[in-house]
Amino acid sequence: MNPGPAGRPIRVDLELIADLVAPGSRVLDIGCEDGTLLDYLYQFKQVDGRGIELSMDGVQAAVAHGLSVIQGDADTDLADYPAGAFDYVILSQTLQATRNPRRVLENLLRIGRTAIVSFPNFGYWRARLQLLAGGHMPTNPVLPHAWYETPNIHLCTIRDFVALCDDLGIVIDQSFVLDDRGRPRGMPATHRLANLLGAQALFLLTRGDKAGR
Amino acid sequence: MTDPALSQPSAPDRTDSGTGSDTGSETGAGPRLVLGQERPLKLDCGAELGPFTVAYRAYGRLNAERSNAILICHALTGDQYVADPHPITGKPGWWQQLVGPGKVIDTDRYFVLCPNVLGSCMGSTGPKETNPETGRPYGLDFPVITIGDMVEAQVRLLDHLGIDSLFCVIGGSMGGMQVLQWAARHPDRVFSAVPIATSWRHSAQNIAFHEVGRQAIMADPDWCGGDYLNQGKTPHRGLAVARMAAHVTYLSEPALHRKFGRRLQNRAALSFGFDADFQVESYLRHQGSTFVERFDANSYLYITRAMDYFDLALEHGGVLANAFTGTPVRYCVVSFTSDWLFPTSESRQVVHALNAVAANVSFVEVASDKGHDAFLLDEPQFHDTLAGFLDGAAEHRGLPHAEATP
Repeated sequence: MNPGPAGRPIRVDLELIADLVAPGSRVLDIGCEDGTLLDYLYQFKQVDGRGIELSMDGVQAAVAHGLSVIQGDADTDLADYPAGAFDYVILSQTLQATRNPRRVLENLLRIGRTAIVSFPNFGYWRARLQLLAGGHMPTNPVLPHAWYETPNIHLCTIRDFVALCDDLGIVIDQSFVLDDRGRPRGMPATHRLANLLGAQALFLLTRGDKAGR
Repeated sequence: MTDPALSQPSAPDRTDSGTGSDTGSETGAGPRLVLGQERPLKLDCGAELGPFTVAYRAYGRLNAERSNAILICHALTGDQYVADPHPITGKPGWWQQLVGPGKVIDTDRYFVLCPNVLGSCMGSTGPKETNPETGRPYGLDFPVITIGDMVEAQVRLLDHLGIDSLFCVIGGSMGGMQVLQWAARHPDRVFSAVPIATSWRHSAQNIAFHEVGRQAIMADPDWCGGDYLNQGKTPHRGLAVARMAAHVTYLSEPALHRKFGRRLQNRAALSFGFDADFQVESYLRHQGSTFVERFDANSYLYITRAMDYFDLALEHGGVLANAFTGTPVRYCVVSFTSDWLFPTSESRQVVHALNAVAANVSFVEVASDKGHDAFLLDEPQFHDTLAGFLDGAAEHRGLPHAEATP
């Protein structure tokens, strides 16, 4: 685990995302929280980074740290950006909390050459077991909220997500299955067991013919 | 405080620098420069203005690369006394808590300039200054000026001082309009820009409030059709009422309630008359009466008009984003939750326009119940945001940190 800019280690799933980003590129991090990943990318990959964050505390922390971050959200603030404005658009653990994930995904690949998307997998065997055996909505480290307070309004399985990419003509360049602490399980998310074994998944997406415009 | 700008040699290749002349002293009122003697300012209304005077205050030292200058643009009734006492009221500078050695706008690190805007009344050319053609105060013969004209006057000041590129332009309210105008018109001369509690165009509601103020001034018989200076009068009452009405728009209902509630002023019961029964009335009357001592009524007309006319989209085919196409400037847009004069929604429109051209922009809405005035007050979240943004921008500009003050 590499140390973050403040000497703190960054989350292992963020480190995995950072490894996918080419040095010196233009990056938009949507749901960037306090800008930890952006700062890491700036320090170690010299990226030209921007962020969007919903919480005011997160935005202030990021801007006070010298990062370019605006207060906004994925549903309302992506439409303004011009096509191809960024090399990478990152949406980490946020897609399931958007009002219109399909349109958000289209926007990601409109404004970015590449999109990096991660989300909790509702098809994870533990989630299935909690529902099947316990009869409860699943909770785990990736889905920590009770049903009445969760921001996650559009949960999906890995299989659902792959089907949507297919539908939108989005190409899956790389994918990873992660455990509930964000560690890679050494298996692509397109593996036939991924939907069962992955607590979460991470995708590197590019525009196919249908999504390109 | 000595003024290092005056000891800087003027850049020889500047058209205007040879014609600029310093008419002020380095102490007290601060320097006043006469500019535009050979090349008058072409105003948006079509008139030409020249020579004209720009009064300003400067703090800190311009570095050898001339890359550390910050321009602070003041608001409607503000002035150049951003960080030292006001010569008339004796009050501390209006951003004293932000500007100074070791402060957020660190004068040990940056060279800070704050000019009095064109049309104002603290030394820069405005309606109360003498019209060289008549030898009498301009009054209503002064041409109607715009935010763009204010900026062009500041451009001449920078030309004279030999500053090609500003590290940052910062301003709140009307100052923020100047910031946006600077970045839109002179993106090559602005490295970073901080428009605070402002908008890209004056709203109908704000034009309406300004009109109330102007009508109050013009309804005062002592206004004399704008010729009061030549007739030895001052429209105190009209200007005071204009200020009282405007002052309410700078606050918020919670702030007014917290400060005054329905408390009575120096009395135990209602008077059943029209004296200032309530503390809030007494406060407003005080605001009005102190304002007239330091501000010129005609300047109030001209500057409110300049704000009303401001519409950055109109200059760019009705599309705000076009004002910023290809902009290299780093922006930090700031708004305040309880500001209903320049609400967050207007700042967000600026942010959306900047996003549409993929500009480098930060945007923070600061939680405050102090209304529009919050940008002038002690708001730690705002100050932290500004400090972080300036630090980040300075790093990208390659500006060294300030050496510890001995």
